[in-house]
Amino acid sequence: MDSILISVLNRTLVAGTPLLLATLGEIITERSGILNLGIEGMMAVGAVAGFIVTLATGSPWLGMASAILAGILISAIHAFVSISLKANQVVSGLALTMLGLGGASLFGRPFIGRPLPVKMAPFRIPILADIPLVGKVLFNQDPFFYLSLILGVLLWVLLSRTRWGIQIRSVGENPAASEAQGLNISTVRYICVLIGGGLAGMAGAHLSLIYSKSWTEGLTGGRGWIVIALTIFALWNPLRAFLGAYLFGCIFVLQYILQPIGIPPNLLGMMPYLATLAVLFAGGLKKGRRYLHAPAMLGEPYTKGER
Amino acid sequence: MKLRIRIDHRIDASPSLQVTVLLFSLLAGLFTVGMVFAASRVNPFLALWKIFSGSFGSLYGIKETITKAIPLILIGSGLALAFRARFWNIGAESQLLMGAICATWIGLNWGPRLPGPIIIPAMFLAGFLGGALWAMFPALLKVKFGINEVISTLMLNYVAAELLTLLIVGPWKGVTQQGFPYTDDFPASATLPLLYGSRIHYTTLIIAVFACVLLFMLIYSTKFGYELRVIGENIEAARYAGIDFMRNTVIMMLISGGMAGIAGVGEVAGIHHHLTYPQAISSGYGFTAIIVAWLAKLNPIAAIASGLFFAGILVGGDAIQISLGLPAATVQVFNGILLFFLIMGDFFLNNRVILSLERKE
Repeated sequence: MDSILISVLNRTLVAGTPLLLATLGEIITERSGILNLGIEGMMAVGAVAGFIVTLATGSPWLGMASAILAGILISAIHAFVSISLKANQVVSGLALTMLGLGGASLFGRPFIGRPLPVKMAPFRIPILADIPLVGKVLFNQDPFFYLSLILGVLLWVLLSRTRWGIQIRSVGENPAASEAQGLNISTVRYICVLIGGGLAGMAGAHLSLIYSKSWTEGLTGGRGWIVIALTIFALWNPLRAFLGAYLFGCIFVLQYILQPIGIPPNLLGMMPYLATLAVLFAGGLKKGRRYLHAPAMLGEPYTKGER
Repeated sequence: MKLRIRIDHRIDASPSLQVTVLLFSLLAGLFTVGMVFAASRVNPFLALWKIFSGSFGSLYGIKETITKAIPLILIGSGLALAFRARFWNIGAESQLLMGAICATWIGLNWGPRLPGPIIIPAMFLAGFLGGALWAMFPALLKVKFGINEVISTLMLNYVAAELLTLLIVGPWKGVTQQGFPYTDDFPASATLPLLYGSRIHYTTLIIAVFACVLLFMLIYSTKFGYELRVIGENIEAARYAGIDFMRNTVIMMLISGGMAGIAGVGEVAGIHHHLTYPQAISSGYGFTAIIVAWLAKLNPIAAIASGLFFAGILVGGDAIQISLGLPAATVQVFNGILLFFLIMGDFFLNNRVILSLERKE
């Protein structure tokens, strides 16, 4: 029984990590006032870039780095179109999804089904890993997991405890006032969108290097869209993002555990998506609270000197 | 000498400017697509020529292009209505599937007993209702609970695809399909007639063109259309003017989803003649139609032309898959790039860019 529990918790954390990474990225992006719906595309690009580079160099670390770089590069398109050209952010995000998914399939086609020659070894934290149950679950994970924990806490500190964080949030809430304070709105927003892209790319690399250890079309499987919902569920707070990401990680795992019981796999396949709706629904019931936390100028382009 | 760039806001863009910007956006998009081809070591001129000749260059190509334009026109004009009200319906894929499911139920259960003139209208009606009701959920979730429609419509895409698969591998699995996960073929009375020597199910095409005209009149010359446009332009002004946001949004989504549902009927009754895998039925039409609507500037009549254009890209994309060995995803890249350039073009419609040379003092 213990071993099943350990395995479930373990896989929950593994399934939750890419969701967490990408959600953190979307949180900082949206906090600065930019809505990026292109996560699914950025994740796919990161997954392919990470996989190809790992295959070519034999180093998963280089793979992860290039996935981050690829995510940053493709998110730059969205940044340019929505910040500099003030285009519609919803449509730009959709275009980014198409471009990213298509580009990933195009470049990833020769690599479909190829096994990963090198695995990223789990990082065993000495002493702590020997604690029964908790040790095996928490302290014997892949490096992505630890990085995501560190990044989550760092992002929380950045957003809520530092000057930079206040500036980012103020750009999302009231760009005109922030500009009066001497901030360059475009620069702040560019940086935030690019960080978001990098984190989404990293999330994609986790999928191809750790979660499935291979590249297939449709690897991202709608996770990019779940991340958008998780960002709302987290009320744009990195610490709440942990809760949401692991909750959904657990739902992904339950899908496979419940299958042998005789529930049709297609019914289980609906679970993450129905759960996303349920989570949004629960959030929608406490409407006032939700609106208090959403960045006021989310999705609104900003023109210098306006208002 | 110093180059100065000044950007002024523009209130109205003349129709000729709109057309010019549109053409330049498309050209810039095609140029970028060409560079992607070049990066994949394919001669870009050859690839673009093959796409064009594959879709519009032969009688077969034209027939296929019209066939694929039918769902794109139906969905695209429905989306144009939704996007007018700034309601981001990304769920046309699943609304199409629900239309297909409802039509299949009618076709298989009533088809053997009733003649075509009764069964076909019944199927279209059922398909419309299926798509409309499926689209009503996200509309209600948005107006009642403030739930983001982008996510709810998208999540319902996955749910509907699983639901359809559940049906075709389970209770609806056909006994005559040798174990394949299809329903049984529709009886003859439940299939749409085709234009001779093609796959053009003209009944659906006529409905599509007719619906575009109706939607055009709905948007531009009814109170409902006017109210939708106000909601889309300025929600605060709409509230102030006493426009019923809830009622309008729900009705609008019933129509938008219903259009996609009709497209689903056309696909099962005109093309496949049975219910099969969701990917095979929707073929990404729901997503491509987003660009169709955008290229048409959210004008339902213009959606006929842009639907044909993107159908041409789909057919041409199939052609280069065979002749140049490019993967199916190429079309998706193509679409993504074109959509980017279309929205970038909007910048030049909304702003006047003035370049001037200035002497240094």
